[in-house]
Amino acid sequence: MGRHPVVFFFVVFAIFPWVVPYKSLAAQVLIYGLFALGFNLLYGYTGLLSFGSAAYWGLGAYGTGIALAKLKVTSLWLALGIGMAAAVVGGALVGFFCLRRRGIYFAMLTLAFAQLLYFVGFHLADWTGGDDGLRGITVPAITLGSWRLPLDRSVVFYYFTLVIVGLAVAALKRILDSPFGAVLQAIRENADRATACGYDISRIKHLSFVFYALFCGLAGALDALRLTVVPIESLHWSTSGQVVIMTLLGGAGTFFGPFVGAATYLVLEDAISVWTESWPLAIGAIFMAFVLFLPKGIWGTLTGGFHGR
Amino acid sequence: MPDLSLAALAAQVFTGLVLGGIFVLLAVGLSLIFGLMTVVNFSHGALYMLGAYFGFVLIGRTGSFFVALVLAPLLVGAFGLLVERFLIRPLYGRSPDDPLLLTFGLSLVLVEVARLIWGKIGVTLDPPAALAGAVNLGFTYFPSYRLFVIAVTAIVLVGLWLFLEKTNVGLVIRAGSRDPMMVKALGFDVGRIWFLVFGIGTGLAGLAGILAGPMRGAYAEMGVTIIIESFVVVVVGGMGSLLGAVISGLLIGQIVGLTTFFAPKLAEIIVFIFMALVLLFRPSGLLGEAGLLE
Repeated sequence: MGRHPVVFFFVVFAIFPWVVPYKSLAAQVLIYGLFALGFNLLYGYTGLLSFGSAAYWGLGAYGTGIALAKLKVTSLWLALGIGMAAAVVGGALVGFFCLRRRGIYFAMLTLAFAQLLYFVGFHLADWTGGDDGLRGITVPAITLGSWRLPLDRSVVFYYFTLVIVGLAVAALKRILDSPFGAVLQAIRENADRATACGYDISRIKHLSFVFYALFCGLAGALDALRLTVVPIESLHWSTSGQVVIMTLLGGAGTFFGPFVGAATYLVLEDAISVWTESWPLAIGAIFMAFVLFLPKGIWGTLTGGFHGR
Repeated sequence: MPDLSLAALAAQVFTGLVLGGIFVLLAVGLSLIFGLMTVVNFSHGALYMLGAYFGFVLIGRTGSFFVALVLAPLLVGAFGLLVERFLIRPLYGRSPDDPLLLTFGLSLVLVEVARLIWGKIGVTLDPPAALAGAVNLGFTYFPSYRLFVIAVTAIVLVGLWLFLEKTNVGLVIRAGSRDPMMVKALGFDVGRIWFLVFGIGTGLAGLAGILAGPMRGAYAEMGVTIIIESFVVVVVGGMGSLLGAVISGLLIGQIVGLTTFFAPKLAEIIVFIFMALVLLFRPSGLLGEAGLLE
């Protein structure tokens, strides 16, 4: 787990669906884990707190959803690519504006731009379905040459998601191990010193923001395939809040914290929603307790990892 | 095509002024807390909602809107004091992100608690009988209650300004927002000033809530959208700048009011486009000092 986190990831999640109550929860954990992974790159490793992750999750989901439902794209890869491209373009643009301000301003700006996108999505009902959500998504089978694999069974879809998310985890590992990843963490620790070392930190932060948008967008795109519908809530601020909570529950700035957090959040939600409607009250209180008493999160406390500042 | 007469337009300007007044009360509270404590209070919108509900309960109990108008902000402010003492204070010395995260959790809890106590649908607040009608402004009739809101906002702002500029406590607050270390070194208890300021800021949110109640009703999610717009007001005004918050709140109130009139579909979006433009041309906000508390 220490030296080969990607192998560890594949082993754990290969058996994961057989230990959770039902399989669709397992795929949800993988997808939200990827979402939190993207957020963690920005917050846990670069030290930038975004409250607007729903924008990129939503761009990914709508991008892929619109490609499949409206543009009648027949290639799954192309549809996923369109979703990711939408998220990357959105991230590059919004990142440019938000990174004009540092620190706490940044959090408010990301939230504001995500809210802008929410209203745009709401009003462009011809494309997004507006309040009703985007319906009519059919998930094409995977084709490689003459080999063809339909994704309509939940087990097949789970392992397909595992492969995609696993590749993203490997990509994140590669990013963090690169000199670029080292500079990200240097910025988190001391931005002035990183500048003094000659790094163009605004460009590096912008790049980190784009990677964050890419991971969030891929997660949103996968969720569009999982649900075969894109609800307008994808762009809602509560989705941004959800990923913040998941990441901090698991442990910001730790490699597996996002997945631990996503699993904890979704399993708790599943369990608590059975006996009360007031799930937000429960998770809000749990989250406050974590901020006050367990800022390193579950995984960070277990492994003694870094707490996101 | 909307009625383009000058009278209709002037009425719209007054409507924008009412909205702007609510924005200003919220943004000044946020900005005061931020300027002094570098704490972004995410639960500000939830406290605004509490102000409206407290108003609803107090009007029912006392039978007087005006008594409720005084008591509700005091109660919300008192609640704010508890929040500062038990939730925010343990986080001083940690990252400025931590109070933001904590108050985000608090806002989820408060909204849900309001749903449990007062139900999911929301309630209506009756404006006082004395302010139920409309006033002839010469060019148009305008609801008296809305004029009253404008007046209360103005009086409170002038009061706040006098407090900050003319009293010793106000002097220490202003000094504390410039250089808390130095104020501490001069022997003032900075913790007590922060405590007080958090109470004032949250009390202003409560006031905004009960003022908005008779116009919009009270419902659990009422603070959610307006807190995001208030953040925009603060960012546009320049963070930590009270005058900036006032100007930007009034300006954005007008922009929203007029957009609602001419292009209703754009009304929700225009605030954010305006913010993007300000960021592009004046990154530190209208009256913000570059680099303050970054």
